[in-house]
Amino acid sequence: MDVAAITIIQIINMISMLALMSIGLAVIFGMMRVINLAHGEFLMLGTYAVLVPAKLGVNIWISMFIIAPIFVGLVGVLVERIIVRRLYGRMMDTLLATWGLSLLIIGIMTTIFGNTMEGVSTPFGNFSIGEIAESQYKFFIIGIAAALMAAVFVVLKYTKLGLIARGTMQNANMASALGISPSTVYTATFGIGAALTGFAGAVLAPVIGAAPTLGVAYVAKAFITVIGGGQAILTGTASASGVFGVINQVVTYFSTPVLGEVALLIGAVLLLRVLPQGITGRFFRRGL
Amino acid sequence: MSLFQTRWSGPLMVLVIAALLLTLIPAFAPAYVALQLTLYFSFGILGLSLAWVWGYGGIFSFGQAAFFGLGGYSYAVASINLSGSTVAILIGLAVPTAFAVLLGYFMFYGRLSGVYLAVITLVVTLAIHKFLGHTAGFEYRIGTAHLGGYNGMPALPPINVPGDVSKFLWPEDMYYATGIMLLAVYFGLRWLLTTAFGRRVIAVRENELRAELLGYDTRLYKLATFALGAFIAGLGGILFANWNSFIDPHVFELGFGAQIIIWVVVGGLGTLIGPILGAMLLGFAAVELGTQQTIDPNVILGAILLVFVLIVPQGVVPSVRTVMAWWKQVRANKRALAAAQVR
Repeated sequence: MDVAAITIIQIINMISMLALMSIGLAVIFGMMRVINLAHGEFLMLGTYAVLVPAKLGVNIWISMFIIAPIFVGLVGVLVERIIVRRLYGRMMDTLLATWGLSLLIIGIMTTIFGNTMEGVSTPFGNFSIGEIAESQYKFFIIGIAAALMAAVFVVLKYTKLGLIARGTMQNANMASALGISPSTVYTATFGIGAALTGFAGAVLAPVIGAAPTLGVAYVAKAFITVIGGGQAILTGTASASGVFGVINQVVTYFSTPVLGEVALLIGAVLLLRVLPQGITGRFFRRGL
Repeated sequence: MSLFQTRWSGPLMVLVIAALLLTLIPAFAPAYVALQLTLYFSFGILGLSLAWVWGYGGIFSFGQAAFFGLGGYSYAVASINLSGSTVAILIGLAVPTAFAVLLGYFMFYGRLSGVYLAVITLVVTLAIHKFLGHTAGFEYRIGTAHLGGYNGMPALPPINVPGDVSKFLWPEDMYYATGIMLLAVYFGLRWLLTTAFGRRVIAVRENELRAELLGYDTRLYKLATFALGAFIAGLGGILFANWNSFIDPHVFELGFGAQIIIWVVVGGLGTLIGPILGAMLLGFAAVELGTQQTIDPNVILGAILLVFVLIVPQGVVPSVRTVMAWWKQVRANKRALAAAQVR
């Protein structure tokens, strides 16, 4: 019974982590059809945006909720202005350019911080169910993921900003004729996607630590979650995180974490064979 | 019409230059140069595999590194288990090809294309990396061969002359063998591109819908293109594993897969000679960069990729061709003008 409860918490935690690390990518890919292979590095920059201020004595919550999103968001705006902007409509070239960027960021961070893994201390203590102790931080991650998804939903669906963004993505010329500058919308969307990713990195930092090469481990997972989810940004990310999170944790439970990740990746390939348009290409079609 | 203007002049020139270099370098350069070149030849073969799959088949594959590694690994396992390398080489070629057929079936018959292919091949490569890194335990062995996790598989037996187990190929022989293999793959692909099959592959790249409406099963052609690419990459992997007499999961890393794509982008997509040059020169650069401490090699690789995508998106070889064509045109115009003035 205790084991079952812990396992369920771990599954929900895994789903939340997947959703957190993918939502920024889903915004950028879903709205702009831009493949951002530097996504993992945005996540990595988010972890450093917690680690470095923490060393200087800044409160962890301030760096998590304020410094990380703003810093990585600004990086995103710069990247859009300097690189991505020149490559709209050339999907493959964007992929290559952002990959070059990813290598560049890894290289720069390795030069500055060295190729080492540093930990960020976890706020909150442990709780226990029966004999098994678990970190309370897991609940924090679950709560943040749920709140973030809800926030993205509300912004996209009910605010003018969301309307403008959705309108521009559907038909940029029409939006332009109505007096909205698509170029500004693109920059803002990319910046917000980057900020979300930076925030996710910051929230996950106490769990995953901070290392220059950290992004590589997460970019593939984030991508298959987004692509497995399909067209709809929110329902897609949520449903794909659900499916892959369950696969990962169940296989992990019966074997090892590494095989769990391998199973997640293989599951994604099989899912795309059956549903090439992703989950929302077949189910929840009217989702956002 | 002189010899240098027929349609064979280009390939003939490449063959003569390559043969000269291949025989002259060991005679004049120190021994380690030939040894290093063997490595870059195997990289050249790997570069050609992506040049074929991406440049001519239009299939953007992150997975060439996976096929390269699978070739190396299955060759390693087979050569440790069997006496003699001939069958091991065949296995090393068959495994990546079969894997590509299986993976390609999932992708092409699922009608996935473009970035989806890129992401799936990337994911598969990383999954293999994860799995092989995990195989350090004693239970992970095939016959007498331990997979060895991140420590890799050391002390692979050298390749022997087919049919004669006692006759090993020494490093110098491997230099020639690998160089000849590289040339064979290059000319094989050039020939293939002149056949009906090659033309259909290009037709599918140019316009898949049109090719399909003309009655070709584009899925099958893409699958064949992909499988051939995996076969070539597997060959490169066998030669690489043999050069090193060692193989480890490092070849499945994102960074290694990145290099292959950089070779092709820098050398020139849609050419065969460009990716070979890219592989050899940048492979050399990466090894040299790895030996210095001041700058992380990733900075330079990333900067090269960014600069080429933004400024020289077609790559070096096509750019040089464009400049040469322009120069010819200028001279022809001048000559025509002079002739007109004389008249």
